[in-house]
Amino acid sequence: MIPEALALSAVLFTIGAVGVLTRRNAIVIFMCVELMLNAVNLTFVALSRLYGMTGQVFVIFVMTVAAAEAAVGLAIIIAIFRHGQTVDLKNINLLKG
Amino acid sequence: MSAMPNFFYQFQFYLFGLIAIASAIVFVTRRSPVAAALWLVLTMFCLAALYVMLEAHFVGVIQVLVYAGAIMVVFLFVVMLLNLGQPSELSDLRGKWGRLVAGLLGLALIAQLWAVTGPEFRSSLLQPADHITTELRERGAVGAVAQPLFAEHLLAFELTSVLLLVAIVGAVVVGRRRGLR
Repeated sequence: MIPEALALSAVLFTIGAVGVLTRRNAIVIFMCVELMLNAVNLTFVALSRLYGMTGQVFVIFVMTVAAAEAAVGLAIIIAIFRHGQTVDLKNINLLKG
Repeated sequence: MSAMPNFFYQFQFYLFGLIAIASAIVFVTRRSPVAAALWLVLTMFCLAALYVMLEAHFVGVIQVLVYAGAIMVVFLFVVMLLNLGQPSELSDLRGKWGRLVAGLLGLALIAQLWAVTGPEFRSSLLQPADHITTELRERGAVGAVAQPLFAEHLLAFELTSVLLLVAIVGAVVVGRRRGLR
């Protein structure tokens, strides 16, 4: 079932990437990134059946980093919302010349 | 990888895979962030089931506890803190077809649960023996992950704790109101 798992992982990663590119709500884009991380985790788990437990150990690390990233990213989103009362990325263009 | 997995295993694998893809597509297309987050939770539960079927039992449990349980709750908390959920959009997929699909899916999952508890199907879920299954049988689901984590990757593990501390401090500093000293 490893080829099927890898194909599923590729499909999920693509859906996440499409979401990042098409959505404009910052929180939804963040959740799409989480979906992409999950797809990569599925690849690690599937390949760990072939190459040993290191893949599963790496999944633990990826989840830890994802948790840290979610905490910092959501704090940034809250700060942006306090600044401009919006999380729509269309309206966040302070750096535009 | 010598023996082909049997039909029951394959059916479960494809069912959870299809639910994962379908809920991911629905997740990307929802307009309300609350509905999107809940669909993403469904995707993560399906992925946890696939992890367990791929002999990663501990990772499956952590997926449910950390991802579906903790990270998505933080996301929902922020959505509701900022009052971004659009209540008119919450009742999505509530039509006749939505209920039909939901009912059929629930029946299929209950039938699977019933089949797994029966003795004739339980043995068919056992995977052909390879090095992962033997390691799981020797050390248990947690020990098989913990042994390389605390032996070969100890430095990375300790660095992760520093990363978490930095992330917590950073989140507090970024998220606090300006002017509060």
